[in-house]
Amino acid sequence: MAVIDLANPTRFLRIVDRVLPWLIGATVFLLAVGLYRALNAPDDYQQGATVKIMFLHVPAAWFGMFGWALMSVAALGTLVWRHPLADVSGKAVAPIGAAFTFICLVTGSLWGRPTWGTYWVWDARLTSMLVLLLLYLGVLALYWTAEDPGRGARAAAILSLVGAVNLPIIKFSVDWWNTLHQPASVFRIGGSTIDPSLLTPLLIMGLAFTLLFVTLHLAVMRNEILRRRIRSMRLMQAQEVHA
Amino acid sequence: MNLGPHADFIVAAYAVTLFVVAALIAWVLLDYSAQRRILGDLEERGVTRRSRRKG
Amino acid sequence: MNPLAAILVRDMRLAVRIGGGAFMGALFFLIVITMTPFAVGPDLALLARIGPAILWLGALLASLLALDRLFATDHDDGSLDLLMMGGVPLELTVAAKALAHWLTTGLPLVVVAPLLGLMLNVDMHALGWLTLTLAAGTPALTFIGLIGAALSVALRRGGLLLAVLVLPLTVPVLIFGVTAANAAIAGPTPFSPAFTILCALSLASLVLGPIAATAALRHGLE
Repeated sequence: MAVIDLANPTRFLRIVDRVLPWLIGATVFLLAVGLYRALNAPDDYQQGATVKIMFLHVPAAWFGMFGWALMSVAALGTLVWRHPLADVSGKAVAPIGAAFTFICLVTGSLWGRPTWGTYWVWDARLTSMLVLLLLYLGVLALYWTAEDPGRGARAAAILSLVGAVNLPIIKFSVDWWNTLHQPASVFRIGGSTIDPSLLTPLLIMGLAFTLLFVTLHLAVMRNEILRRRIRSMRLMQAQEVHA
Repeated sequence: MNLGPHADFIVAAYAVTLFVVAALIAWVLLDYSAQRRILGDLEERGVTRRSRRKG
Repeated sequence: MNPLAAILVRDMRLAVRIGGGAFMGALFFLIVITMTPFAVGPDLALLARIGPAILWLGALLASLLALDRLFATDHDDGSLDLLMMGGVPLELTVAAKALAHWLTTGLPLVVVAPLLGLMLNVDMHALGWLTLTLAAGTPALTFIGLIGAALSVALRRGGLLLAVLVLPLTVPVLIFGVTAANAAIAGPTPFSPAFTILCALSLASLVLGPIAATAALRHGLE
């Protein structure tokens, strides 16, 4: 079973069908362990118990950003290398990445209110993540409004690449903008290096989120392949009726 | 478990995360069973992916 | 005549004709600026403070609304297909169309901006610098918007999809444009660093915009 098998949709589906139950099991297990460690983590001496939100917020941020990176790689696969499953992969990542970015923004906001006094602030990191969410929603809009899935996928691929170029520029420009408009107090998340008693639950949750991401990604890819099958079967059927 | 004076925020954060992840999972599962059902219907009616008339 | 020049002239002529929408952008700009005091209140000090930002937002929205026209009309009557099959590299054709679009839509915005700035009580001495930032930044808006226009014409969905795609991409241009404009008015930060970066963004978009838009057209319309 070589990696090249992953290029064939039918074989891919078979592999996913076999692997998915194990992935689900591993995800559930790690989430359980992670949540247990997170909820029982010691209070931060400055923030108190609200540091527990960090265990959700930080992994969500990681995967929100990783999602776009993955979409860009998939875009190269679609446009340049013409890998048959690249556009399926890219389309599958979009809603998952968007969901994680959304979780990141909401949990960050809920973390911010008790800890730093405000639900929202236009600092560089928050603003860049918000723009990332807007870019995700743009890609989802492309998929949603495209009549032809192939065209929609290629358009989304181009937008993924343009967005990938633009994301560091946004980060840099918002940094600059925020530096000029910085209020007197500086908001900084985390402060210095994290204590091991907090770092370990964070890493476990990170691992749990990784498995969650992979499991969801493969499951959505499977659904997309089935959806395309149905579409081509219906087209075939329509052709034969009119033969 | 003592969640301190800001317990509401912590609970809300976990609740939102749980809700979004659950919604994602629900969407994936529902979509999967819907696709499987439609595929089953089509296959029952004898529709295939390759044209029956080989040119 | 050189084929690129021919495309440029053609697009400009089409834009200026009745129904072409060349000066609609400037008119929309005027309307948005007029409506701002109704929303914000007539306090002149406040208007002066937010003036550059409102002008930039107005220019951004006006550019955005006109982008629809860029490919849609050509696509509808089939001339886009002809342009794609022509001997000239599509990237250059697209760039020529974008240039024509900026000359007929973006440039009127720049010309009208000082007058509108006066209406918003923007500091007189800074009006020149503000107009300069618009002159440097509106090409970026057109050439970045080019990408969204190409993506949405391929999918035959215009309007709001275009705006949703383009606006996040234009965030850096907006930030540096307003920063430069504010720096010219209020100090203490100097005008030139933000302005230089704004120019760099425009120049980069002159190259990257047509490349991405061409890819979008080719992949979308094949």
